[in-house]
Amino acid sequence: MESFFSRYKNVLVLVVVLVAQLIALATQIHRPSAMGVGDTRTDGHHVRAVRFAMTGPVIPLERMFTSIGHGVRGMWTNYIYLRGVRQKNYDLQAEVDQLRLQQMSLLADARQGQRLQQLLGFKQQYIYKTVVAQVIGTSGSDQSRVIYIDKGSNDGLRPDMAVVTPDGIVGKVRDVFPHAAQVLEMNDQTAGAGVVLETTRIRGILRGNAAGQPQVIDLLPDDRIKTGERVLTSGGDQVYPRGLPVGDVMSVAPDKQHPPYIAITVRPAANLARLEEVLVITETHDANGAVNDAAGEAEVQRAADAASEALPSIGTPENGTSGASGATGQPLVVHPTPALHVDRFTPGATPPAAELQPGDTKPITPKIAAPTAAPQSAPQAAPQSAPQEKQ
Amino acid sequence: MVMRSLISRREQEITFHPVVLVMVPVVALLLQDYLPHLFPHFALLDLPLLVVIYFAITLRSPIAGTLTGAIIGMLQDGQSSHPIGVNGMAKSIIGYAAASIGVRIDVENSISRMLLVLVFSMANSVLTYLIERRLLGFEMQWLWLHEIARMMVNAVVAVGLFWFLDRLRRKG
Repeated sequence: MESFFSRYKNVLVLVVVLVAQLIALATQIHRPSAMGVGDTRTDGHHVRAVRFAMTGPVIPLERMFTSIGHGVRGMWTNYIYLRGVRQKNYDLQAEVDQLRLQQMSLLADARQGQRLQQLLGFKQQYIYKTVVAQVIGTSGSDQSRVIYIDKGSNDGLRPDMAVVTPDGIVGKVRDVFPHAAQVLEMNDQTAGAGVVLETTRIRGILRGNAAGQPQVIDLLPDDRIKTGERVLTSGGDQVYPRGLPVGDVMSVAPDKQHPPYIAITVRPAANLARLEEVLVITETHDANGAVNDAAGEAEVQRAADAASEALPSIGTPENGTSGASGATGQPLVVHPTPALHVDRFTPGATPPAAELQPGDTKPITPKIAAPTAAPQSAPQAAPQSAPQEKQ
Repeated sequence: MVMRSLISRREQEITFHPVVLVMVPVVALLLQDYLPHLFPHFALLDLPLLVVIYFAITLRSPIAGTLTGAIIGMLQDGQSSHPIGVNGMAKSIIGYAAASIGVRIDVENSISRMLLVLVFSMANSVLTYLIERRLLGFEMQWLWLHEIARMMVNAVVAVGLFWFLDRLRRKG
C-alpha cells in the first residue's frame, strides 16, 4: 500500500488538486434557466469573499502604479513638454471667445428645447447620479474582459450598475469591494446587454465574441440593417438606461454557429481598450419601463391639456378681444352669450331628468338663473318676461 | 548515454531563494493585470503561464509543478470573471506535464524551451476552452488565428524571460 502511494504520489497529488478545484467550480455554477439577459454569472457571497482575498493585495499596488503613471505623465506634460505654450495660449484664448459667443446662442436653444421636452411629456430614463471612477487595472487576459476601478461599495456602488463614458456604454459592475470594483466590459463573452438599432428599431442582445468584438446575436436576416447604423441600449435588461449609445454596425454576417441567424458586429462607441476614467450610474430616474410608458402617456395628456389652454381663445363680445390665456397667466373661462328670449331650448332651462315624473303633463317652467358673467349690455327684462312667453 | 543524462539531470538539483519563488509569480500576476491597461495587446501574453512552465521544468518536480500551477491559476481566476478553478485546473495540468517532461528532455536549450512553450501555450488554451465550454457549458468561441498568435508571442517572450529567471536560480 505504501509503495502504491509512493509510486503514484505525483499523479495522486494532481488528481486531488483537480478534484478539489472541480468541486470548487461546481459550487460556483448557476443553472442557465435562472439567468436572463444581461444576468451574467454573479458570484455568491463565499466566492466574492475569496475573490476579494485574492484581489485585495493587488488593488493597492495597481492604484500605486496608476498614480505613479499619472505622476510621470503629469511631470512630462506640466514641466517638460512646454514648448509653444504661449502661442497655444493665445490661440486658445481666441477660440474661447468664439466658443463663448456660440455658447450663448446654444444655451438659448437648449433652454427652449428643455421647455419643449417638458411640454410634450418627453420622459426617458434620466441619469440622476453618477460616480466618476478611475480605471486601475484589468483581468490581464483577453479571455476575460474585466477592468478594475478605484471606487467601491463605500462610494455607493452595487453590482449590476451601468458603467459608461460620455462616448457610450462600457459595461456593468460585477463584483464590488469596499474600495474597488470589478467591471465586466460589454465585449466579454459572458456579458449581455439589450440593444436596439436606431433607425430600424430592431431589438437584440449584445454579447462579446472571442476576439473581443461586441456582437448583436440571434437576429433573423433583414435587408434593412446597414453598416454604420447606430446601436443604442434598449433598456430592456434593466441595467443600462434606455437610449445610451453602444456603437455602430460594423458588419452583418451569417452566424455560423446558429444558422439561420445573423450576427451584427458592432464598433463600440467607447474606446474600451483605452479607458482612463469612467462614470458609474448609481441612480436613474425610473427603472421600470412599463411605469415609464404609462406615466409618459399621462404626461402627454397633461401636455395636450396645457397646450389647449395655451391656444388663442375666442374673444368675448363685450370686450372684443382674443388672445392666449398664457399671456396674462389667468385661464379664460368662456361663457355662452345669454339668450335674448329664453325658451325651453335655452341651456339650463330644462330641469334635471331626476326631477321629471312619468306622465306629468305640467308645462315645464324654465329655471334660468342669471348668467354669472352676464354682460352689462344684456337686456335686464329678458329673464322676467320668459314665463309670460311660455304661458 | 541517454540514461546517464537522465540520471544526471535528476541529480542536478536547482533551487531558488524563497523570496524569488514568491515574488516572481506575484510580479508576473501584477504585470499581467496592469500592463494591458497601458498596452491592450499585452493581454495576448500569459506571463503567469510562462512562470508556471519555467518553475515546473526547472524544479523538475511534478508535485511542485502541480501546486505552482494550481495556486497561480487560481490567483489569475480571482482577477478575472472566470469561475475560480478554470485557470487553476488548466495550469495544474500544465505544471504537472511540464515538470514530467523537464525530467526527460534537455530544457536548458532555448529552442527546446520555445517549442515547449508553444505546445503548452496551445494546451493551456485548449484546456481552458474545454473546461468552460464542455464542463461548465458556457458559450465560448475558439479563434485559431488568435490562439496561434498567442502561442507565438508567448514563445518569443519566454526566451527572454527564462534567460532572466535563470540568473535568479542557485545550483545545489
